[in-house]
Amino acid sequence: MNRITRSKIIDQLFKYFGILCTSIGLIMLAALLINVFSDGFGRLSIDFFTALPSRFPEKAGILTAWTGTLWIFGLTILIAIPLGVGAAIYLEEYTRKGFLSNVLEINIANLAGIPSIIYGILGLTIFVRTLRLGESVLSGALILSLLIMPIIVVSTREALRAVPKTIKEASLALGASQWQTIWHQVLPAAFPNILTGIILALSRAIGETAPLIMIGALTYVPFVAKSPLDEFTVLPIQIFNWISRPQAGFAINAAAGIIVLLGIVFVLNGIAVVIRQRARNKIKW
Amino acid sequence: MTQIHSDTSQKEAQSKVKLSARNIFVDYGAEHVLKDVSIDIPEKTVTALIGPSGCGKSTFLRLFNRMNDHLEGFQRKGEILIDGEDIYHDQKHLEELRETVGMVFQKPNPFPKSIYENVAYGLRIRGVKDKKRLDQVVEESLIKAALFDEVKDHLKKNALSLSGGQQQRLCLARSLAVDPSILLMDEPASALDPISTAKIEELVEELKKKHTILIVTHNLQQARRVSDQTAFLYFGELVEYGNTEQVFTQPKEEQTAHYIGGRFG
Repeated sequence: MNRITRSKIIDQLFKYFGILCTSIGLIMLAALLINVFSDGFGRLSIDFFTALPSRFPEKAGILTAWTGTLWIFGLTILIAIPLGVGAAIYLEEYTRKGFLSNVLEINIANLAGIPSIIYGILGLTIFVRTLRLGESVLSGALILSLLIMPIIVVSTREALRAVPKTIKEASLALGASQWQTIWHQVLPAAFPNILTGIILALSRAIGETAPLIMIGALTYVPFVAKSPLDEFTVLPIQIFNWISRPQAGFAINAAAGIIVLLGIVFVLNGIAVVIRQRARNKIKW
Repeated sequence: MTQIHSDTSQKEAQSKVKLSARNIFVDYGAEHVLKDVSIDIPEKTVTALIGPSGCGKSTFLRLFNRMNDHLEGFQRKGEILIDGEDIYHDQKHLEELRETVGMVFQKPNPFPKSIYENVAYGLRIRGVKDKKRLDQVVEESLIKAALFDEVKDHLKKNALSLSGGQQQRLCLARSLAVDPSILLMDEPASALDPISTAKIEELVEELKKKHTILIVTHNLQQARRVSDQTAFLYFGELVEYGNTEQVFTQPKEEQTAHYIGGRFG
């Protein structure tokens, strides 16, 4: 067997290996989807969205859960985006590269690897007890903001770094200040990538359960939160709650809840892809 | 090495000195990029900076609008004077300084915005909102940069859709819009085809009536064609500075003769 046929065989083998890897992921996902849809799809109805939780599975709905998720989502956006993007701009555009900025960079990257339950404990101590915000939507949103801030910081910094230096120089050389350069040139150019990072981070926040359990969002909440200081529950916790019950009817509810949660994440990611594509088509270096 | 007087210093003494470097040393970290460079540049002339890659030409050019300040590890000793004033004296006037000193970069770097917005940018960041004034300045600047006729019907088009040569002239128009008295050009034609290069050279010729121009170039023929004075930098030192014709035909230093003769570089 000569060298060329051998490398061709290796080529082929690697291709099949790649197909195998890809299909394992896809098959698992398909199995999950089929399972969830066959269990829960029939349960999806308007009543399911408008009903409060109940001891009877056929009467129970996700009204408190999806409104809670929207609350948490909205507040987390308001808190996490300014904090994350602001920190990233400071770190990327204002600090001098050196020992301190390296230490900061490594620490922020490490923050992203801390188990989310730790954030829950932190939030319980700081927001719920010390700041007396209670087991509220606001506490939950603050915890999730802390949780996803490192992801936003890291991805925003990547996005800012990808803006060509020549553009910044052109702006500065025209007498623009640092901030004008960031606001008029760097941020618009980095926007698609920043947005992608934010949406990925938010999708993570939406599915997060553990830290919210820590601050008591698992308790039975029979009303829709009306202010940021009300108690709340969210979809993943509602699903978790139902799954842990013995009645078969709740398992069906849980499957339906998963479909709704998947739908929300799917829509979010879809929006991210569309916006990114549009913005990228406009900017071609 | 400190002060090199050109043959034409008598003649030049009549015209005002616009830019001066006094005993300039520049380091990047441990690297010495410029060593004791001093030079006087007369008003409304073109000065070419020539020398092999890495000799400090661009660094020297960027001293005059303080663009090096943004680079890591930049350290400077010595003075840069514009109209007799040390521009490194006061941090606060960076924005003002760059209104006086425009710059065109090696690679065309238009903003990913419309042609109009590119030219208007310098005024917009200075708070100019008057539509008429903006329209007028955009048109005038594009005319000065010999681009107006080519783009006047689609000023709203994205600047990145222009050709490389047009983009570079747009960048020139963008600089001219804030009416600088000094123009720094860092190999402005090195990324362009010969026809676009010729256009840029024509513009330099035209613009020196109103502006003092410093141009870094790798192209010796170009330096000879467009400049009044030529400065030859070699390993961070100013080897020779003088009237372009003299530098090219009767260089005083052996190194200059070798470089111009194509023996290295």
